[in-house]
Amino acid sequence: MKRTPALAIYAVGAFLFLHLPLLILSIFSFNSSRFTVWQGFSLRWYAAAIKDTQLTESAVNSLIIATVATLVSTVLGTLCAYGLWKRTSRPLAGSLYLSLVTPEIVTGISLLAFYQWIFRFLRVQLGMHTVILAHISFSIAYVVIVVIARLRTVDATLEEAALDLGANEWQAFRYVTLPAILPGVVAAALLAFTVSFDDYVITSLVAGVDSETLPMVIYAIARRGVNPVVNAISALIVIGFGSLVVISERLRSA
Amino acid sequence: MECVLELRGVSKHYPSHHAVNGVSLNLARGEFFSLLGPSGCGKTTTLRLVAGFEEPTHGEIRLNGSSIQHLKPYQRNVSTVFQNYALFPHLTVRDNVEFGLRRRAGNHIGDRVRDVIDLVQLAGKESRRPAQLSGGERQRVALARSLVLEPDVLLLDEPLSALDPNLRKQVRAELKAIQRRVGITFLFVTHDQEEALSLSDRLGVMNKGHLEQIGTPEEIYLQPSTRFVASFLGAVNWIGDVGVRPEAMRIAREPSRNGHRSRPATIVHSTFLGNCVHVDTRLSDGEPAVVEISRLGEAFAPGEAVHLWWEPADELRFE
Repeated sequence: MKRTPALAIYAVGAFLFLHLPLLILSIFSFNSSRFTVWQGFSLRWYAAAIKDTQLTESAVNSLIIATVATLVSTVLGTLCAYGLWKRTSRPLAGSLYLSLVTPEIVTGISLLAFYQWIFRFLRVQLGMHTVILAHISFSIAYVVIVVIARLRTVDATLEEAALDLGANEWQAFRYVTLPAILPGVVAAALLAFTVSFDDYVITSLVAGVDSETLPMVIYAIARRGVNPVVNAISALIVIGFGSLVVISERLRSA
Repeated sequence: MECVLELRGVSKHYPSHHAVNGVSLNLARGEFFSLLGPSGCGKTTTLRLVAGFEEPTHGEIRLNGSSIQHLKPYQRNVSTVFQNYALFPHLTVRDNVEFGLRRRAGNHIGDRVRDVIDLVQLAGKESRRPAQLSGGERQRVALARSLVLEPDVLLLDEPLSALDPNLRKQVRAELKAIQRRVGITFLFVTHDQEEALSLSDRLGVMNKGHLEQIGTPEEIYLQPSTRFVASFLGAVNWIGDVGVRPEAMRIAREPSRNGHRSRPATIVHSTFLGNCVHVDTRLSDGEPAVVEISRLGEAFAPGEAVHLWWEPADELRFE
Protein backbone atom coordinates (compact mmCIF):
# COMPACT_ATOMS: atom_id res chain seq x y z
CA MET A 1 0.00 0.00 0.00
CA LYS A 2 1.19 3.52 -0.79
CA ARG A 3 2.05 5.64 2.22
CA THR A 4 0.34 8.99 2.38
CA PRO A 5 2.63 11.67 3.88
CA ALA A 6 -0.38 13.72 4.96
CA LEU A 7 -1.71 10.82 7.02
CA ALA A 8 1.68 10.28 8.67
CA ILE A 9 1.93 13.98 9.57
CA TYR A 10 -1.57 13.88 10.98
CA ALA A 11 -0.75 10.80 13.06
CA VAL A 12 2.44 12.37 14.45
CA GLY A 13 0.52 15.58 15.20
CA ALA A 14 -2.22 13.73 17.08
CA PHE A 15 0.36 11.75 19.02
CA LEU A 16 2.26 14.91 20.00
CA PHE A 17 -0.95 16.61 21.06
CA LEU A 18 -1.63 13.68 23.39
CA HIS A 19 1.84 13.13 24.78
CA LEU A 20 3.91 16.33 24.39
CA PRO A 21 2.85 17.69 27.82
CA LEU A 22 3.98 14.44 29.48
CA LEU A 23 7.26 14.55 27.57
CA ILE A 24 7.95 18.16 28.61
CA LEU A 25 7.07 17.38 32.21
CA SER A 26 9.50 14.45 32.20
CA ILE A 27 12.28 16.52 30.63
CA PHE A 28 11.91 19.36 33.14
CA SER A 29 11.93 16.91 36.04
CA PHE A 30 15.64 16.50 35.22
CA ASN A 31 16.32 20.25 34.96
CA SER A 32 18.74 21.63 37.53
CA SER A 33 16.88 24.94 37.57
CA ARG A 34 13.66 25.56 39.48
CA PHE A 35 12.25 27.46 36.49
CA THR A 36 11.10 26.31 33.03
CA VAL A 37 14.42 27.24 31.44
CA TRP A 38 16.82 24.36 30.77
CA GLN A 39 20.04 24.77 32.77
CA GLY A 40 21.49 21.27 32.89
CA PHE A 41 20.80 17.66 33.87
CA SER A 42 20.19 16.97 37.56
CA LEU A 43 18.46 14.46 39.80
CA ARG A 44 17.98 16.97 42.63
CA TRP A 45 14.19 17.06 42.32
CA TYR A 46 13.98 13.28 42.55
CA ALA A 47 16.15 13.42 45.67
CA ALA A 48 13.96 16.19 47.07
CA ALA A 49 10.82 14.18 46.36
CA ILE A 50 12.14 11.13 48.21
CA LYS A 51 13.18 13.27 51.20
CA ASP A 52 9.79 14.98 51.42
CA THR A 53 7.99 13.04 54.19
CA GLN A 54 4.58 14.42 53.26
CA LEU A 55 5.00 13.04 49.74
CA THR A 56 6.34 9.65 50.83
CA GLU A 57 3.72 9.17 53.55
CA SER A 58 0.90 10.03 51.18
CA ALA A 59 2.41 7.73 48.54
CA VAL A 60 2.36 4.89 51.07
CA ASN A 61 -1.26 5.74 51.92
CA SER A 62 -2.16 5.68 48.23
CA LEU A 63 -0.47 2.32 47.72
CA ILE A 64 -2.23 0.77 50.76
CA ILE A 65 -5.62 2.13 49.68
CA ALA A 66 -5.16 1.07 46.05
CA THR A 67 -3.95 -2.41 47.02
CA VAL A 68 -6.79 -3.18 49.43
CA ALA A 69 -9.42 -1.62 47.15
CA THR A 70 -8.06 -3.61 44.19
CA LEU A 71 -8.08 -6.94 46.02
CA VAL A 72 -11.61 -6.51 47.36
CA SER A 73 -13.14 -4.99 44.22
CA THR A 74 -11.52 -7.63 41.97
CA VAL A 75 -13.00 -10.49 44.01
CA LEU A 76 -16.45 -8.89 44.35
CA GLY A 77 -16.49 -7.60 40.78
CA THR A 78 -15.45 -10.96 39.32
CA LEU A 79 -18.18 -12.75 41.30
CA CYS A 80 -20.70 -10.12 40.19
CA ALA A 81 -19.65 -10.53 36.53
CA TYR A 82 -19.92 -14.32 36.90
CA GLY A 83 -23.42 -13.98 38.31
CA LEU A 84 -24.50 -11.62 35.53
CA TRP A 85 -23.04 -14.03 32.95
CA LYS A 86 -24.92 -17.02 34.36
CA ARG A 87 -28.14 -15.12 34.81
CA THR A 88 -28.51 -11.89 32.88
CA SER A 89 -30.18 -9.04 34.74
CA ARG A 90 -30.72 -5.86 32.76
CA PRO A 91 -31.44 -3.61 35.77
CA LEU A 92 -28.31 -4.81 37.57
CA ALA A 93 -26.06 -4.47 34.51
CA GLY A 94 -27.58 -1.06 33.84
CA SER A 95 -26.88 0.12 37.38
CA LEU A 96 -23.21 -0.77 36.90
CA TYR A 97 -22.99 1.39 33.78
CA LEU A 98 -24.77 4.12 35.73
CA SER A 99 -22.03 4.09 38.36
CA LEU A 100 -19.45 4.42 35.54
CA VAL A 101 -21.08 7.49 34.00
CA THR A 102 -22.02 9.24 37.25
CA PRO A 103 -19.77 12.35 37.58
CA GLU A 104 -17.17 11.78 40.28
CA ILE A 105 -18.21 14.87 42.18
CA VAL A 106 -21.73 13.43 42.51
CA THR A 107 -20.39 10.06 43.64
CA GLY A 108 -18.13 11.82 46.16
CA ILE A 109 -20.87 14.00 47.60
CA SER A 110 -23.29 11.08 47.84
CA LEU A 111 -20.70 8.91 49.59
CA LEU A 112 -19.94 11.74 52.02
CA ALA A 113 -23.63 12.18 52.78
CA PHE A 114 -24.02 8.43 53.19
CA TYR A 115 -21.06 8.20 55.59
CA GLN A 116 -22.32 11.07 57.71
CA TRP A 117 -25.71 9.45 57.96
CA ILE A 118 -24.08 6.14 58.97
CA PHE A 119 -21.87 7.93 61.53
CA ARG A 120 -24.97 8.90 63.45
CA PHE A 121 -25.37 5.23 64.36
CA LEU A 122 -21.75 4.10 64.50
CA ARG A 123 -18.87 5.65 66.38
CA VAL A 124 -16.60 6.12 63.38
CA GLN A 125 -15.06 9.03 61.55
CA LEU A 126 -13.71 9.78 58.09
CA GLY A 127 -10.34 8.16 57.56
CA MET A 128 -8.45 5.55 55.57
CA HIS A 129 -11.32 3.05 55.91
CA THR A 130 -13.86 5.42 54.34
CA VAL A 131 -11.47 6.10 51.46
CA ILE A 132 -10.96 2.37 50.92
CA LEU A 133 -14.73 1.70 50.98
CA ALA A 134 -15.31 4.52 48.49
CA HIS A 135 -12.59 3.18 46.18
CA ILE A 136 -13.99 -0.35 46.35
CA SER A 137 -17.44 0.89 45.46
CA PHE A 138 -16.38 2.78 42.35
CA SER A 139 -13.77 0.19 41.21
CA ILE A 140 -16.26 -2.71 41.17
CA ALA A 141 -18.03 -1.38 38.07
CA TYR A 142 -14.73 -1.25 36.14
CA VAL A 143 -13.89 -4.82 37.19
CA VAL A 144 -17.33 -6.12 36.19
CA ILE A 145 -17.16 -4.50 32.74
CA VAL A 146 -13.73 -5.95 31.96
CA VAL A 147 -14.40 -9.43 33.38
CA ILE A 148 -17.81 -9.84 31.76
CA ALA A 149 -16.30 -8.97 28.37
CA ARG A 150 -13.88 -11.86 28.87
CA LEU A 151 -16.63 -14.19 30.13
CA ARG A 152 -18.63 -13.60 26.96
CA THR A 153 -15.84 -15.32 25.03
CA VAL A 154 -16.10 -18.45 27.23
CA ASP A 155 -18.14 -21.42 25.96
CA ALA A 156 -20.90 -22.01 28.53
CA THR A 157 -20.94 -25.76 27.84
CA LEU A 158 -17.46 -26.01 29.39
CA GLU A 159 -18.97 -25.68 32.87
CA GLU A 160 -21.65 -28.23 32.01
CA ALA A 161 -18.88 -30.57 30.90
CA ALA A 162 -17.08 -30.04 34.22
CA LEU A 163 -20.26 -30.78 36.22
CA ASP A 164 -20.88 -33.78 34.01
CA LEU A 165 -17.40 -35.14 34.78
CA GLY A 166 -18.01 -34.95 38.52
CA ALA A 167 -16.91 -31.44 39.49
CA ASN A 168 -19.25 -29.54 41.82
CA GLU A 169 -20.22 -25.93 41.05
CA TRP A 170 -17.22 -24.46 42.90
CA GLN A 171 -14.75 -26.85 41.27
CA ALA A 172 -16.24 -26.12 37.83
CA PHE A 173 -15.63 -22.40 38.42
CA ARG A 174 -12.22 -22.89 39.99
CA TYR A 175 -10.74 -25.36 37.47
CA VAL A 176 -12.52 -24.44 34.23
CA THR A 177 -14.04 -20.95 34.12
CA LEU A 178 -11.51 -19.08 36.26
CA PRO A 179 -8.46 -20.23 34.24
CA ALA A 180 -10.29 -19.18 31.07
CA ILE A 181 -11.01 -15.67 32.36
CA LEU A 182 -7.84 -15.15 34.42
CA PRO A 183 -6.17 -12.75 31.94
CA GLY A 184 -9.33 -10.62 32.08
CA VAL A 185 -9.38 -10.72 35.88
CA VAL A 186 -5.74 -9.59 36.08
CA ALA A 187 -6.38 -6.82 33.54
CA ALA A 188 -9.40 -5.75 35.61
CA ALA A 189 -7.30 -5.67 38.79
CA LEU A 190 -4.67 -3.48 37.10
CA LEU A 191 -7.39 -1.12 35.90
CA ALA A 192 -8.94 -0.98 39.39
CA PHE A 193 -5.52 -0.24 40.87
CA THR A 194 -4.95 2.60 38.41
CA VAL A 195 -8.38 4.10 38.93
CA SER A 196 -7.99 3.92 42.71
CA PHE A 197 -4.45 5.32 42.83
CA ASP A 198 -5.37 8.20 40.56
CA ASP A 199 -8.59 9.33 42.18
CA TYR A 200 -8.65 12.86 43.58
CA VAL A 201 -12.23 14.19 43.59
CA ILE A 202 -13.98 11.43 45.54
CA THR A 203 -10.99 10.83 47.82
CA SER A 204 -10.63 14.47 48.83
CA LEU A 205 -14.29 14.46 49.92
CA VAL A 206 -14.25 11.30 52.02
CA ALA A 207 -10.66 11.43 53.37
CA GLY A 208 -9.91 12.17 57.01
CA VAL A 209 -6.90 13.96 58.48
CA ASP A 210 -4.77 10.79 58.59
CA SER A 211 -5.56 9.63 55.08
CA GLU A 212 -4.06 12.13 52.64
CA THR A 213 -3.31 10.43 49.35
CA LEU A 214 -0.57 11.25 46.85
CA PRO A 215 -2.89 13.02 44.37
CA MET A 216 -4.17 15.23 47.24
CA VAL A 217 -0.63 16.23 48.25
CA ILE A 218 0.45 16.83 44.64
CA TYR A 219 -2.61 18.98 44.12
CA ALA A 220 -1.83 21.03 47.23
CA ILE A 221 1.83 21.56 46.16
CA ALA A 222 0.90 22.43 42.59
CA ARG A 223 -1.57 25.05 43.79
CA ARG A 224 1.22 26.91 45.57
CA GLY A 225 3.06 27.38 42.22
CA VAL A 226 5.40 25.55 39.87
CA ASN A 227 7.51 23.05 41.77
CA PRO A 228 9.87 20.63 39.94
CA VAL A 229 9.38 18.11 42.77
CA VAL A 230 5.89 17.61 41.40
CA ASN A 231 7.38 17.06 37.94
CA ALA A 232 9.68 14.38 39.32
CA ILE A 233 6.96 12.52 41.21
CA SER A 234 4.61 12.79 38.22
CA ALA A 235 7.24 11.36 35.89
CA LEU A 236 7.68 8.41 38.25
CA ILE A 237 3.90 7.81 38.29
CA VAL A 238 3.75 7.95 34.48
CA ILE A 239 6.53 5.35 34.20
CA GLY A 240 4.92 3.11 36.86
CA PHE A 241 1.46 3.18 35.36
CA GLY A 242 2.77 3.08 31.81
CA SER A 243 4.28 -0.32 32.59
CA LEU A 244 1.02 -1.45 34.22
CA VAL A 245 -0.90 -0.52 31.07
CA VAL A 246 1.57 -2.45 28.91
CA ILE A 247 1.19 -5.54 31.12
CA SER A 248 -2.58 -5.18 31.16
CA GLU A 249 -2.79 -4.94 27.37
CA ARG A 250 -0.58 -7.99 26.95
CA LEU A 251 -2.86 -9.97 29.27
CA ARG A 252 -6.04 -8.76 27.66
CA SER A 253 -4.92 -10.02 24.26
CA ALA A 254 -3.59 -13.29 25.74
CA MET B 1 -32.26 -58.32 30.16
CA GLU B 2 -30.96 -56.08 32.90
CA CYS B 3 -32.40 -52.58 32.71
CA VAL B 4 -29.85 -49.84 33.42
CA LEU B 5 -31.76 -46.67 32.53
CA GLU B 6 -35.50 -46.18 32.67
CA LEU B 7 -37.59 -43.13 31.75
CA ARG B 8 -41.18 -43.22 33.02
CA GLY B 9 -43.52 -40.66 31.49
CA VAL B 10 -40.86 -37.95 31.46
CA SER B 11 -41.94 -34.47 30.37
CA LYS B 12 -40.16 -31.15 30.18
CA HIS B 13 -42.43 -28.15 29.77
CA TYR B 14 -41.16 -24.62 29.19
CA PRO B 15 -43.41 -21.56 29.43
CA SER B 16 -43.41 -21.27 25.64
CA HIS B 17 -43.56 -24.92 24.57
CA HIS B 18 -43.51 -28.58 25.64
CA ALA B 19 -40.06 -29.82 24.70
CA VAL B 20 -40.56 -33.41 25.90
CA ASN B 21 -43.95 -35.03 26.44
CA GLY B 22 -44.48 -38.28 28.30
CA VAL B 23 -41.41 -40.15 27.10
CA SER B 24 -41.00 -43.70 28.46
CA LEU B 25 -38.17 -46.04 27.53
CA ASN B 26 -35.88 -48.74 28.94
CA LEU B 27 -32.22 -49.22 28.10
CA ALA B 28 -30.66 -52.65 28.61
CA ARG B 29 -27.09 -52.75 29.91
CA GLY B 30 -24.57 -52.72 27.08
CA GLU B 31 -27.14 -51.61 24.53
CA PHE B 32 -26.51 -49.02 21.79
CA PHE B 33 -29.73 -47.01 21.74
CA SER B 34 -30.36 -44.02 19.47
CA LEU B 35 -32.88 -41.23 19.76
CA LEU B 36 -33.64 -40.09 16.23
CA GLY B 37 -35.68 -37.12 15.12
CA PRO B 38 -35.66 -33.77 13.36
CA SER B 39 -34.19 -30.71 15.10
CA GLY B 40 -36.48 -29.41 17.83
CA CYS B 41 -38.13 -32.81 18.41
CA GLY B 42 -36.93 -32.96 22.04
CA LYS B 43 -34.18 -35.55 21.67
CA THR B 44 -31.40 -33.30 23.00
CA THR B 45 -33.63 -32.12 25.87
CA THR B 46 -34.26 -35.78 26.76
CA LEU B 47 -30.50 -36.32 26.86
CA ARG B 48 -30.01 -33.24 29.05
CA LEU B 49 -32.69 -34.52 31.44
CA VAL B 50 -30.77 -37.78 31.84
CA ALA B 51 -27.46 -35.89 32.25
CA GLY B 52 -29.01 -33.65 34.90
CA PHE B 53 -28.69 -30.27 33.16
CA GLU B 54 -32.48 -29.95 33.21
CA GLU B 55 -35.04 -31.21 35.70
CA PRO B 56 -38.17 -32.92 34.35
CA THR B 57 -41.55 -31.26 34.87
CA HIS B 58 -43.19 -34.68 35.25
CA GLY B 59 -42.08 -38.27 35.36
CA GLU B 60 -39.25 -40.30 36.76
CA ILE B 61 -35.74 -41.15 35.59
CA ARG B 62 -34.24 -44.27 37.14
CA LEU B 63 -30.61 -45.36 36.92
CA ASN B 64 -29.91 -48.89 38.19
CA GLY B 65 -33.34 -48.89 39.79
CA SER B 66 -33.10 -45.65 41.81
CA SER B 67 -34.57 -42.25 40.99
CA ILE B 68 -32.01 -39.73 39.84
CA GLN B 69 -34.12 -36.87 38.48
CA HIS B 70 -33.38 -34.66 41.51
CA LEU B 71 -29.63 -35.34 41.59
CA LYS B 72 -27.03 -32.87 40.37
CA PRO B 73 -25.10 -33.79 37.19
CA TYR B 74 -22.01 -34.65 39.28
CA GLN B 75 -24.01 -37.03 41.48
CA ARG B 76 -25.10 -39.26 38.56
CA ASN B 77 -22.93 -41.96 37.08
CA VAL B 78 -23.66 -40.91 33.51
CA SER B 79 -21.41 -38.87 31.24
CA THR B 80 -21.95 -36.76 28.15
CA VAL B 81 -20.06 -36.34 24.88
CA PHE B 82 -21.11 -32.87 23.79
CA GLN B 83 -21.90 -31.86 20.24
CA ASN B 84 -19.04 -29.32 20.23
CA TYR B 85 -17.00 -31.66 22.51
CA ALA B 86 -16.57 -28.91 25.18
CA LEU B 87 -12.92 -29.84 25.76
CA PHE B 88 -11.14 -27.68 28.33
CA PRO B 89 -8.95 -25.47 26.12
CA HIS B 90 -6.35 -24.68 28.80
CA LEU B 91 -5.69 -28.35 29.60
CA THR B 92 -3.70 -30.96 27.69
CA VAL B 93 -5.24 -34.16 26.33
CA ARG B 94 -4.05 -36.05 29.41
CA ASP B 95 -5.40 -33.41 31.83
CA ASN B 96 -8.74 -33.39 30.02
CA VAL B 97 -8.98 -37.17 30.37
CA GLU B 98 -7.88 -37.06 34.03
CA PHE B 99 -10.27 -34.22 34.93
CA GLY B 100 -13.15 -36.44 36.05
CA LEU B 101 -10.93 -38.96 37.84
CA ARG B 102 -9.29 -36.20 39.88
CA ARG B 103 -12.68 -34.87 40.96
CA ARG B 104 -13.59 -38.35 42.18
CA ALA B 105 -10.19 -38.71 43.87
CA GLY B 106 -9.77 -42.19 42.41
CA ASN B 107 -6.57 -44.22 42.53
CA HIS B 108 -4.92 -46.01 39.57
CA ILE B 109 -5.25 -42.78 37.59
CA GLY B 110 -2.15 -43.55 35.53
CA ASP B 111 -3.20 -47.03 34.33
CA ARG B 112 -6.78 -46.18 33.52
CA VAL B 113 -5.87 -43.01 31.66
CA ARG B 114 -3.22 -44.82 29.63
CA ASP B 115 -5.63 -47.64 28.74
CA VAL B 116 -8.34 -45.25 27.59
CA ILE B 117 -5.91 -43.10 25.60
CA ASP B 118 -4.71 -46.29 23.87
CA LEU B 119 -8.31 -47.35 23.25
CA VAL B 120 -9.11 -44.16 21.36
CA GLN B 121 -5.69 -44.21 19.64
CA LEU B 122 -4.37 -40.94 21.04
CA ALA B 123 -1.10 -42.34 22.42
CA GLY B 124 1.74 -39.89 21.77
CA LYS B 125 -0.59 -36.89 21.76
CA GLU B 126 -1.15 -36.67 25.53
CA SER B 127 0.56 -33.33 25.98
CA ARG B 128 -1.18 -31.54 23.12
CA ARG B 129 -3.89 -28.98 23.73
CA PRO B 130 -7.32 -29.24 22.07
CA ALA B 131 -6.45 -26.43 19.65
CA GLN B 132 -3.58 -28.55 18.29
CA LEU B 133 -5.84 -31.53 17.43
CA SER B 134 -7.93 -32.38 14.37
CA GLY B 135 -11.74 -32.62 14.60
CA GLY B 136 -11.62 -36.42 14.77
CA GLU B 137 -8.97 -36.36 17.49
CA ARG B 138 -10.99 -33.88 19.58
CA GLN B 139 -13.99 -36.14 19.29
CA ARG B 140 -11.88 -39.04 20.60
CA VAL B 141 -10.61 -36.96 23.55
CA ALA B 142 -14.22 -36.15 24.44
CA LEU B 143 -15.04 -39.84 24.26
CA ALA B 144 -12.00 -40.85 26.33
CA ARG B 145 -12.72 -38.22 28.98
CA SER B 146 -16.14 -39.78 29.57
CA LEU B 147 -15.23 -43.45 29.07
CA VAL B 148 -12.46 -43.31 31.67
CA LEU B 149 -15.13 -42.73 34.34
CA GLU B 150 -16.88 -45.99 33.36
CA PRO B 151 -20.35 -44.43 33.40
CA ASP B 152 -23.48 -46.57 33.59
CA VAL B 153 -24.73 -44.77 30.49
CA LEU B 154 -22.73 -42.69 28.02
CA LEU B 155 -24.80 -39.89 26.50
CA LEU B 156 -23.74 -38.72 23.04
CA ASP B 157 -25.24 -35.54 21.60
CA GLU B 158 -24.77 -35.65 17.80
CA PRO B 159 -21.05 -36.34 18.27
CA LEU B 160 -20.42 -36.88 14.56
CA SER B 161 -22.18 -33.80 13.22
CA ALA B 162 -19.13 -31.53 13.58
CA LEU B 163 -16.97 -33.85 11.46
CA ASP B 164 -16.66 -33.61 7.70
CA PRO B 165 -18.70 -36.23 5.80
CA ASN B 166 -15.72 -38.35 4.68
CA LEU B 167 -14.48 -38.73 8.23
CA ARG B 168 -17.96 -39.34 9.63
CA LYS B 169 -18.34 -42.90 8.26
CA GLN B 170 -14.92 -43.92 9.53
CA VAL B 171 -15.51 -42.44 13.01
CA ARG B 172 -18.93 -44.10 13.08
CA ALA B 173 -17.30 -47.51 12.63
CA GLU B 174 -14.70 -46.72 15.32
CA LEU B 175 -17.42 -45.60 17.71
CA LYS B 176 -19.33 -48.85 17.27
CA ALA B 177 -16.15 -50.88 17.76
CA ILE B 178 -15.28 -49.00 20.96
CA GLN B 179 -18.79 -49.49 22.31
CA ARG B 180 -18.54 -53.24 21.68
CA ARG B 181 -15.15 -53.41 23.42
CA VAL B 182 -15.99 -51.45 26.57
CA GLY B 183 -19.57 -52.78 26.84
CA ILE B 184 -20.91 -49.45 28.14
CA THR B 185 -24.55 -48.53 27.40
CA PHE B 186 -24.72 -45.74 24.79
CA LEU B 187 -27.62 -43.31 24.45
CA PHE B 188 -26.95 -41.63 21.13
CA VAL B 189 -28.85 -38.61 19.85
CA THR B 190 -28.88 -37.90 16.12
CA HIS B 191 -30.98 -36.46 13.32
CA ASP B 192 -29.17 -38.64 10.75
CA GLN B 193 -31.25 -41.73 9.94
CA GLU B 194 -28.36 -43.57 8.32
CA GLU B 195 -26.26 -43.08 11.46
CA ALA B 196 -29.08 -44.31 13.68
CA LEU B 197 -29.83 -47.35 11.51
CA SER B 198 -26.21 -48.43 11.14
CA LEU B 199 -25.11 -47.96 14.78
CA SER B 200 -28.05 -48.89 16.95
CA ASP B 201 -29.21 -52.10 18.55
CA ARG B 202 -32.53 -50.32 19.02
CA LEU B 203 -33.72 -46.81 18.31
CA GLY B 204 -36.53 -44.50 19.25
CA VAL B 205 -37.99 -41.99 16.80
CA MET B 206 -39.08 -38.68 18.31
CA ASN B 207 -41.40 -36.04 16.89
CA LYS B 208 -42.66 -32.88 18.62
CA GLY B 209 -41.65 -34.10 22.08
CA HIS B 210 -43.26 -37.53 21.70
CA LEU B 211 -41.57 -40.86 21.28
CA GLU B 212 -43.39 -42.25 18.22
CA GLN B 213 -41.84 -45.70 17.98
CA ILE B 214 -39.17 -47.86 19.58
CA GLY B 215 -37.67 -50.86 17.86
CA THR B 216 -34.72 -52.46 16.08
CA PRO B 217 -33.55 -50.74 12.88
CA GLU B 218 -35.35 -53.41 10.80
CA GLU B 219 -38.62 -52.98 12.69
CA ILE B 220 -38.54 -49.22 12.44
CA TYR B 221 -37.70 -49.18 8.75
CA LEU B 222 -39.89 -52.06 7.61
CA GLN B 223 -42.83 -51.69 10.01
CA PRO B 224 -43.07 -48.01 10.87
CA SER B 225 -46.00 -47.41 13.21
CA THR B 226 -46.80 -43.88 12.02
CA ARG B 227 -46.63 -41.93 8.79
CA PHE B 228 -44.07 -39.63 10.41
CA VAL B 229 -41.71 -42.52 11.20
CA ALA B 230 -42.16 -43.95 7.70
CA SER B 231 -41.26 -40.71 5.97
CA PHE B 232 -38.52 -39.64 8.40
CA LEU B 233 -36.63 -42.89 7.77
CA GLY B 234 -36.20 -43.04 4.02
CA ALA B 235 -38.51 -42.02 1.19
CA VAL B 236 -42.11 -43.23 0.84
CA ASN B 237 -44.53 -43.11 -2.10
CA TRP B 238 -48.07 -42.59 -0.86
CA ILE B 239 -50.54 -44.53 -2.99
CA GLY B 240 -53.96 -43.95 -1.49
CA ASP B 241 -53.65 -45.02 2.17
CA VAL B 242 -50.62 -47.23 1.81
CA GLY B 243 -46.96 -46.32 1.56
CA VAL B 244 -44.39 -48.11 -0.61
CA ARG B 245 -40.63 -47.54 -0.42
CA PRO B 246 -39.00 -46.56 -3.76
CA GLU B 247 -36.70 -49.60 -3.65
CA ALA B 248 -39.70 -51.95 -3.16
CA MET B 249 -41.25 -50.79 -6.45
CA ARG B 250 -40.58 -52.18 -9.92
CA ILE B 251 -41.27 -50.80 -13.40
CA ALA B 252 -42.63 -53.01 -16.22
CA ARG B 253 -43.88 -52.36 -19.73
CA GLU B 254 -46.72 -54.90 -19.28
CA PRO B 255 -49.27 -55.04 -16.44
CA SER B 256 -48.07 -57.50 -13.79
CA ARG B 257 -49.94 -60.68 -12.84
CA ASN B 258 -49.03 -63.15 -10.03
CA GLY B 259 -50.95 -61.31 -7.27
CA HIS B 260 -48.74 -58.18 -7.39
CA ARG B 261 -50.25 -54.77 -6.92
CA SER B 262 -49.95 -52.78 -10.10
CA ARG B 263 -50.68 -49.23 -11.29
CA PRO B 264 -50.31 -47.59 -14.71
CA ALA B 265 -47.93 -44.62 -14.78
CA THR B 266 -45.93 -42.33 -17.05
CA ILE B 267 -42.15 -41.82 -16.87
CA VAL B 268 -41.22 -38.19 -16.09
CA HIS B 269 -37.48 -38.20 -15.58
CA SER B 270 -34.56 -40.48 -14.64
CA THR B 271 -31.71 -39.44 -12.32
CA PHE B 272 -28.46 -41.42 -12.39
CA LEU B 273 -27.07 -41.70 -8.82
CA GLY B 274 -24.07 -43.96 -9.44
CA ASN B 275 -25.12 -47.06 -7.54
CA CYS B 276 -28.77 -46.87 -8.69
CA VAL B 277 -31.21 -44.87 -10.79
CA HIS B 278 -34.13 -42.86 -9.42
CA VAL B 279 -37.07 -42.73 -11.82
CA ASP B 280 -39.69 -40.01 -11.29
CA THR B 281 -43.09 -41.16 -12.52
CA ARG B 282 -46.64 -39.87 -12.49
CA LEU B 283 -49.50 -42.24 -11.64
CA SER B 284 -52.72 -42.19 -13.69
CA ASP B 285 -54.40 -40.12 -10.94
CA GLY B 286 -51.66 -37.46 -11.22
CA GLU B 287 -49.79 -38.36 -7.99
CA PRO B 288 -45.96 -38.58 -8.24
CA ALA B 289 -44.07 -41.77 -7.36
CA VAL B 290 -40.32 -42.41 -7.26
CA VAL B 291 -38.91 -45.82 -8.15
CA GLU B 292 -35.35 -46.88 -7.38
CA ILE B 293 -34.07 -49.33 -10.01
CA SER B 294 -30.74 -50.94 -10.78
CA ARG B 295 -28.55 -49.14 -13.30
CA LEU B 296 -27.91 -52.56 -14.91
CA GLY B 297 -31.56 -53.08 -15.80
CA GLU B 298 -33.76 -51.64 -18.52
CA ALA B 299 -33.74 -47.90 -19.21
CA PHE B 300 -36.97 -45.92 -19.60
CA ALA B 301 -37.49 -42.77 -21.66
CA PRO B 302 -39.52 -39.74 -20.49
CA GLY B 303 -43.15 -39.91 -21.60
CA GLU B 304 -43.16 -43.70 -21.85
CA ALA B 305 -46.34 -45.41 -20.55
CA VAL B 306 -45.41 -48.10 -17.97
CA HIS B 307 -46.82 -50.09 -15.03
CA LEU B 308 -45.51 -49.85 -11.49
CA TRP B 309 -45.81 -52.99 -9.35
CA TRP B 310 -44.89 -54.15 -5.85
CA GLU B 311 -45.44 -57.00 -3.40
CA PRO B 312 -48.37 -56.61 -1.01
CA ALA B 313 -45.96 -57.52 1.83
CA ASP B 314 -43.94 -54.38 1.13
CA GLU B 315 -46.90 -52.08 1.73
CA LEU B 316 -46.74 -49.83 4.81
CA ARG B 317 -50.20 -49.55 6.37
CA PHE B 318 -51.35 -47.16 9.10
CA GLU B 319 -54.60 -46.88 11.00
